[in-house]
Amino acid sequence: MVISRKPLQFFICTLMVCMSLINYANPLNDTVVASTQAHVEGTAHDEKEAESKDIKTEIKEFIDHHLKDSYDFNIFGYKNEAGEQVHIGFPLPVIIYDNGVQVFSSSKFHHGEETAEVNGNFYQLHHGKIYKVYSKDASLTLNEKHEPTNIKPLDFSITKNVFMIFVVALLMFLLFRSLAKSYAKNGNIAAGVGRIFEPIVLYVRDEIAIPNIGERHYKKYMSYLLTIFFFVWFLNIFGLTPFGINVTGNIAVTACLALLTFLITTFTAKKDYWGHIFWMPGVPVPMKIILAPIELLGVFIKPFALMIRLYANIVAGHIVLMSLIGLMFIFKSWLGSSLSFVLSFAISMIEILVALLQAYIFTMLSALYFGSAVEEHHHEEAHH
Amino acid sequence: MTIPRIIGAGLVVIGAGIGIGRIGGSAMDAISRQPDASGKIQTAMLIAAALIEGIGFAALFAVSEN
Repeated sequence: MVISRKPLQFFICTLMVCMSLINYANPLNDTVVASTQAHVEGTAHDEKEAESKDIKTEIKEFIDHHLKDSYDFNIFGYKNEAGEQVHIGFPLPVIIYDNGVQVFSSSKFHHGEETAEVNGNFYQLHHGKIYKVYSKDASLTLNEKHEPTNIKPLDFSITKNVFMIFVVALLMFLLFRSLAKSYAKNGNIAAGVGRIFEPIVLYVRDEIAIPNIGERHYKKYMSYLLTIFFFVWFLNIFGLTPFGINVTGNIAVTACLALLTFLITTFTAKKDYWGHIFWMPGVPVPMKIILAPIELLGVFIKPFALMIRLYANIVAGHIVLMSLIGLMFIFKSWLGSSLSFVLSFAISMIEILVALLQAYIFTMLSALYFGSAVEEHHHEEAHH
Repeated sequence: MTIPRIIGAGLVVIGAGIGIGRIGGSAMDAISRQPDASGKIQTAMLIAAALIEGIGFAALFAVSEN
């Protein structure tokens, strides 16, 4: 389907249409305008400073809320005319293990303001974590660093990140199932929604799996590589939406993906893999003894770097993007806000590229590690 | 943010910038010498750039306070 035959013009037109939305970017607190006109220069400057600090902390809280996990799926919230906060979203179940399994809806927390009471146990939500308290009106005991010292029950909740993982898994299942089924019905030609993924799957097979793993063994790993590629890609793209869905920016998620790669390399490795690590062939013996601990460290550092690379790229991208969007609200002038809008638009284009690139890099490095695990030993030299 | 952290963060960015810049430069040279290999060269360039960015970010996280 052709959207436009002149892509550059189309792009510029959409950009200009979006820029007109800046008209609706109200300052976060309308009283700033009134008070700066009513006071003298000095106090007006102080008021503006105070208000701008308010905006900065609000922006920081917004960014924090976007990056962190939460127990309800909050699409957005605003202050209505009565001054109270209105949230649009739905609560997710909280499943904790404390005197038996307690399951309740996170709406009992009322967005962190109230203590939830379940079967005689009381829980409070503080900065996104659940703590156990002992009565309805008790407050959390804080230590010197303002961190609560109450116990935290074992938490298996369906939080926003877990919910999004389920959504992406379901999406992937439906898309690829329809693609696979369409081959049977349509004479070995793909049809339907999944059509777009056929060349990508072939790309993963021909450019990522076969060159790195080799013709003999690549089939065992294809399912994992394809899953990782599309999982990370879709989650990165979902993270760019304004709903605050930041799954790959959660170090626990990337740690699990890196752990899976590590486990698969360790448990499908041939003897030659371990031989190459501890006793690298083709180098003199003193070098072998020096190389052995370094290679052993490398076995653990390579998946660790996978985890950090994905996590840091995504989190840094989100922070930069949202700070630039917040900059639009700090500059209340026409020039400043428009320029930060253009900059954040450009950065979000880069973030879309980074989403695909990070998925590709994760998959390619996993394939590289699998390839080194099942490499055939070339008896070149050194065995005399 | 203490001064050593600021200097450390600056050095990390300089290192990553120089590294990725050099890779980009040699990629440009290679593509100009052989334009039909540009697909493979681009792929290799992106992979090397992502690896360097990985350690750059890891160092940046180690330097920052959170």
